[in-house]
Amino acid sequence: MTCGVINLQNKGTIYRVSGPVVTATNIDAKMNELVRVGKEGLFGEVIEIDYDKTIIQVYEDTSLLKPGDEVTTTGMPLSVDLGPGLLGSIYDGVQRPLPKLSQLMGEFIKRGAESPGIDREKKWEFFPLKKKGDKVNFGEAIGYVNENEHTKHFIMSPPNISGEIVEILEKGSYSVEEVLCKLDNGALIKMYQRWPVKVPRPFKDKMIPNVPLVTGKRIIDVLFPLAKGGTAAIPGPFGSGKTVTQQQLAKWSDTKVVVYIGCGERGNEMIDVLTEFPKLVDPVTGGPLMDRTVLIANTSNMPVAAREASIYTGITIAEYYRDMGYDVSLMADSTSRWAEAMREISSRLEEMPGEEGYPAYLSSRLSSFYERAGIVLTLGGKIGSVTVIGAVSPPGGDFSEPVVQNTLRITKTFWALDSNLSQKRHFPSINWLESYSLYYDSLKEWFESKVSIDWDRTRSEAMEILQKEAELQEIVQLVGADALPPDQQFLLEVARMLREIFLQQDSYHEVDEFHSLKRQFSLLNAIIRFSRLGNNAIENGIEIDKILKLESRAEISKVRYRKDFENKIGSINETMSKEFKVLLGEE
Amino acid sequence: MVKEYKTITSVTGPLIFLENTENIGYGEYVNINLSDGSLKRGQVLDTSGKRVVVQVFEGTRNIDKNAYVKFSGDVLKIPVSYDMLGRVFSGSGDPLDGGPKVIPEARLDINGLPINPYKRAPPHEFIQTGVSAIDGMNSLIRGQKLPIFSGSGLPHNQLALQIARQATVLDCTESFAVIFVAMGITEEEAKYFISDFEKTGALERGIVFLNLASDPSIERLIVPRIALTTAEFFAFNYDMHMLVIMTDMTNYCEALREIGSAREEVPGRRGYPGYMYTDLASIYERAGRIEGKNGSVTQVPILTMPGDDITHPIPDLSGYITEGQIIVSRDLQRKGIYPPIDVLPSLSRLMSKGIGKDRTREDHKSVSDQLYAAYAEGKDLRGIVSIVGKESLSKSDKLFLDFADDFEKRFVTQNSTENRGIADTLDIGWEILSKLPEDKLLRVSDELIGKYMRRFNNAPDKADQI
Repeated sequence: MTCGVINLQNKGTIYRVSGPVVTATNIDAKMNELVRVGKEGLFGEVIEIDYDKTIIQVYEDTSLLKPGDEVTTTGMPLSVDLGPGLLGSIYDGVQRPLPKLSQLMGEFIKRGAESPGIDREKKWEFFPLKKKGDKVNFGEAIGYVNENEHTKHFIMSPPNISGEIVEILEKGSYSVEEVLCKLDNGALIKMYQRWPVKVPRPFKDKMIPNVPLVTGKRIIDVLFPLAKGGTAAIPGPFGSGKTVTQQQLAKWSDTKVVVYIGCGERGNEMIDVLTEFPKLVDPVTGGPLMDRTVLIANTSNMPVAAREASIYTGITIAEYYRDMGYDVSLMADSTSRWAEAMREISSRLEEMPGEEGYPAYLSSRLSSFYERAGIVLTLGGKIGSVTVIGAVSPPGGDFSEPVVQNTLRITKTFWALDSNLSQKRHFPSINWLESYSLYYDSLKEWFESKVSIDWDRTRSEAMEILQKEAELQEIVQLVGADALPPDQQFLLEVARMLREIFLQQDSYHEVDEFHSLKRQFSLLNAIIRFSRLGNNAIENGIEIDKILKLESRAEISKVRYRKDFENKIGSINETMSKEFKVLLGEE
Repeated sequence: MVKEYKTITSVTGPLIFLENTENIGYGEYVNINLSDGSLKRGQVLDTSGKRVVVQVFEGTRNIDKNAYVKFSGDVLKIPVSYDMLGRVFSGSGDPLDGGPKVIPEARLDINGLPINPYKRAPPHEFIQTGVSAIDGMNSLIRGQKLPIFSGSGLPHNQLALQIARQATVLDCTESFAVIFVAMGITEEEAKYFISDFEKTGALERGIVFLNLASDPSIERLIVPRIALTTAEFFAFNYDMHMLVIMTDMTNYCEALREIGSAREEVPGRRGYPGYMYTDLASIYERAGRIEGKNGSVTQVPILTMPGDDITHPIPDLSGYITEGQIIVSRDLQRKGIYPPIDVLPSLSRLMSKGIGKDRTREDHKSVSDQLYAAYAEGKDLRGIVSIVGKESLSKSDKLFLDFADDFEKRFVTQNSTENRGIADTLDIGWEILSKLPEDKLLRVSDELIGKYMRRFNNAPDKADQI
C-alpha cells in the first residue's frame, strides 16, 4: 500500500481462508462490523484489524471461498430485529427464521440465504398510547400490539430516541415497516427496531433481586431458589440431565417470556422442544407454551461462528422484552459450546492461548454475558427482569475446568448435577450437598410472608437432616446401619424420605412435574412433622420398626402424585397425629 | 476450472505446502500426480495469496517437489448409486471386491449439509436389537446416534455384529440396510466382520467401507463422511432405513490429532485439536429423520476408551454429542458375562420417545426404571458387603444383593446368537423383580405388578422357598 494516501474502501478482497476465519485486504472496516464475503455474500463479522489485514469470522460454511473474492462492508454491526413476531419463532444463531430457511432451501441448511428476523409484510393491530404533542422519552412505549392472546407487545421508542410527537398513526392495522410516529427532531419510530447484539440495552437502574423465580421444582424452589433477575449455573457431565432440567425450567418458570438457546447442542433435542412446546400449556397464562417462547437453535453441526453469536442474539431479545416491563428467563444450553466456539476462533487467529487452550478473554466474555441479567428499572419507567440460567458441560465432569470456574465466579446460584444420582435414576439429579444459592437470604422474607411463616425453619431442619445423613453414611459404610443408635437410624430413614419423596421429582408425571410453592411446603412440612413426632416417640422408647410401619408414612410417599393433593395432605397430617398418639399410648 | 501447479515447497507428515498459487478455494479437492506415475488425493486446508496447505488422504509417501498438483475447483464429491448395496469399498470409496466402478446416479459433497432443526422429525420408532441390556434398558430408536463405549480387548465387535444382524423394527416391513465403516481396524478384524456378514447374508443388504490399520491414517478423516453421504442418499432418496456402524472412532480422532499437530495448531486437551467437538458433531449430527421423508439414518459408532477412561476427550466429547451411550465393562467381561454391558452408566436419551403402549409394551418404562433402581441398590450393597460382610445385612438387603447377581446372570447375559424379543426381555425383568419384596418396588404401579409380576410369585421354585 502506498504511504500517506487515505483511501476509504468499502470493498476489499480475500487474502486468506482458514476454516471459518477469513482475512481480507484493502478494506476499511470497523471492528465488529458486519461484512459480506464472496460471491454468495456470506455474512461475517470483523474480529481483528492488523495493519492492512482485516480478519473476519464467517457465520456460514466457507468451502470454496478463495483469495481474490470480494468482501464488502455493510456499515452495521451484527444486529437483530426487535418487534412483534418474535414470540413463537425459531431462529438460527444470527436470527434467521428456520421455517423460512426451509421454505427457501429445503430440509438442509445451505449457505447464502437471507431472511429478516421479523416478517416485514405481516400486519399488526396497533393501539396508540400517546397522542400528538405528547413527549416521548428514551425507551418509552408509544403504543402496543397484541402479539398473541396473552402478550401485549409494547412499541417503544429506541433507547437513543426521544422528542415531542408531531404525528402518530391512529389505531389500525400496519406492517412493521410503516412509520408509526414522527418526532419534532425528525426521528421516526416504527414497529420494530434493530439493536447490535453485543451492546447491552440500556436501563435506568439495576435493583437487588428479591422475588423468587418459581420453577415448580422442589429441590430448586425450596433448597436452592433463584431470584428473578438472578443468574444460575447448571454444570454436569453428559447424561446427568442438564438438558432435561433446562427444558423443565423453560416449561415451568413463572416468567412472561422464555428465550431458549440451543447452543451447539443436538438437533434431535431441539425438535423435541419444537414438537412439545406448542402442545403444552403455559402455567402463567394458560395459552400454548410456544406463545411465550423464543427458540434459538444452532445445533453442533451448524457453523461455529454463528454459535458464538447465538448467545448474544438470545440475550438481546430477552433484554428487549425486559424493557417492556416483563419478567424474562433465558436458558443457554450450553455455555461450554459457546466457550469452545470462542476457543476455536481464537486458535484460528493464532492467539496466545490461556488455560486449556481457551482464550485469555474467556472470563471477561462470560462475565459480561451474565452481567446482562438483572432486575431493572427500564428507561420507560417499568420494572422488568432477565434471569439467566446457563448450562455448563465440563469435560469429564471435572468442575475445576476453566468454563465452570469462571462461571461460578459470576453466577450466584449453583445447581450441581451429579451423574451418580442420574445413574440411580434420581431426577432432578441436583446434588443437595454441593449446590448453593446466594439469593436465599434475600428471598427468605418473601417466602415467609407469601407461603408460610415456618418456611425458613422447616427448610433449615431438612437441610440439617440431609447434612447429617452424609456424615452418618460414612460410618454406615464401615460398621453397617444396625450398629447405629435408634435416633440415628431414624434420621437415616427420614433422610431417605426427603430424598425419595421430596427431592426426587418425576418430569414425566402430570401432577408431580410441577408443584406450587404451597404444595412444596406442605409436603416438606409433612415429612419434617413425621421426623419430629418420630424422634419424640423414640425418646419415649418406641421401637423404630413400629414407627416406620405407620400408615401415614406410606401415604406421604404417594401423595405427590395425587391431583387432590391439598385434601390428602390434610388427612395424612391428621392420621399421623392419631397414629403417634396411639403409639405413645395417649389414646 | 482445473489448475495445475508444480510448486510444492515442503512436505510434513500428511501435509504438503505449495507456493505461488493463485486463488485456490478453501476445501478444494486436489489430485496429485507423482513422478512415478501414481496418483494421490487431497483437500485444501488453508489458502492464501501466498501459500496453500493440502492434506493428502493417501499419505505423503513418495511425494517430491516434482509432483504435479491439480486443483479441481470443487469440493470432494463421491459417486453414489443404488447398486452400491452388497459391495465392499476402500476408505476412499474405490471398489475392493473386484467388482466394477460405481456408475453414479449422483455425485455428492462428502461433508453433507446440516439438517435444518426445524425440518427434523422427532425419532420415535423402537429398533429391536434382540439384546436385553439394550432393548430393555437403553433402547435404540430410529434416527438416534447411540455409541458403544468400549475398551481394548472387549467384545464390542461381536456386539456390533449381533446388532447389525438382529436389528429390526417391530411390525414393519420397510427396507433396511447396514453400512459398516472400518477405521484403522486390523485386517483380521475386518475379515471377521466381512465373513460374518457373508455368512449371515447381511452383506446383501449392506455396504462396507474399509480403512485398515495399514492404510494411511488421514484417509480415516474422509471414510465416515463418505459412508454417511451414502447413507443419506439411500435414506432420503430411496426411503430406506440405514444403520451405520462405525468402528473405531478412536482411530478417527487420532488421525485428527495427527493433522492438527502437522499444522502446528495450538492443541486442546491431551493434544487433540480444539475443534474436535465441532468436527465430531459434523459426523454424529448426520443421524436423524426428516419431516416428510420415510427414510432414516441411525448411527452406532464404536469407540475404545483409552485406558477405559470415560473422561478421556474422545468418549467425553462424543458423549456430549450423541444421544446416550452403551458402556461395555471390563468387570462384567471378567465375570464371564456376555454381552458385558454395564447398564448403570449407559443411557439412551431417546428411549422414552420410542417405548411404551403401542410401541413396545405399556410396562416398559416402569420395569426398566425399577430394574435400574434395584440393580443400583444391589451394587451399592456389594460395596458394603466387601467391608462389613454379608451377615450384617438386613433380610431385604440380602434380597437386593441377590437381585444384582440375578440381573447380571439372567437379564443381561445371553448368547451372541440369541435374538431375544422385547416381550421376553420384559418378562425376564419381571421374573427377577418378583423375588424382591413388593413394598420395595416403588417405580411400578400395583396394577402392573398384578398384570405382569404376580404370576411369577406363584412359580414352583418360589413356593418351595416359602
